[in-house]
Amino acid sequence: MDLSMGGYGAYVWTCFLMTAVVVIICEWRARLRHRRVYREIEVRIKALGDTQ
Amino acid sequence: MWKFFHQMASPPHFYRIAAKMIPWFMAPALMLIAYGVYAGLFLAPMDYQQGDAFRIIYVHVPSAYLSMMTYMVMAISAGIGLIWRIKLAHAVAAAAAPLGAWFTFLALATGSIWGKPMWGTWWEWGDPRLTSELIMLFLYIGYMALRGAIDDTTKADRASAVLALVGAVNVPIIHFSVEWWSSLHQGPTLIKEGGPAMDPGMLYPLLAMIFGFTLLFGGLLLRRLRAEVLFRERRTKWVKELVLSGGK
Repeated sequence: MDLSMGGYGAYVWTCFLMTAVVVIICEWRARLRHRRVYREIEVRIKALGDTQ
Repeated sequence: MWKFFHQMASPPHFYRIAAKMIPWFMAPALMLIAYGVYAGLFLAPMDYQQGDAFRIIYVHVPSAYLSMMTYMVMAISAGIGLIWRIKLAHAVAAAAAPLGAWFTFLALATGSIWGKPMWGTWWEWGDPRLTSELIMLFLYIGYMALRGAIDDTTKADRASAVLALVGAVNVPIIHFSVEWWSSLHQGPTLIKEGGPAMDPGMLYPLLAMIFGFTLLFGGLLLRRLRAEVLFRERRTKWVKELVLSGGK
């Protein structure tokens, strides 16, 4: 297992690491957006319930 | 068949089904990507010209392929929304755009990093493949900016759909740029006459990464789409009932 990738390690590992970070960001942002929308709806429904 | 599509176009039905479908995309995606990463980094033989630098292909090609495929998904959905006025189609386009932008960014960044040791430069403005891919990133950003600039969802859907459709002309330009014009970028490796020009030991991890990334995109799209549907339907009775029942 040659972690130095024949001298190209910095290029190869940077690309794989960057891809992993982007995938994690995509997943995290998708979950966050759903949670935020859901929470906003929850708050609005509660506010409507309080005024009625 | 039509009944299935009709049901899937119904937001409440889609919202519930999508939640059940996400693990069926994500689990095989993670398995394929885990195999692809391990085999691509440690099992695939070294390239006789590029050495180990060629291993960047295992993240660069899936990202570049997804950047184009996502644009087609976005443009086709936008077209369907524009012609048949299916709300869910516009939601698909809106949910796909940020993913497409991220994958295009990845394709450009990993390509640039790969280019430095192989071509001796991070970027070449005269190269048609690089430039057309950069235009695709601008198209994604433009699409999202246009959506964000219009408060009315229906108007935003229509205006952004036109941009998505016009921009679709860039997809074949990206794909065929290496054949039409002189380019630093290498020619097609996988889709070419006589089959892929790769050793099976290099090819199988690459195919695993491409299928894995496609499934990952499917899972991410469904997750984003659920949020998009919820936002668009926030004033409807079914969403109120959903939230009052604790999301079940």
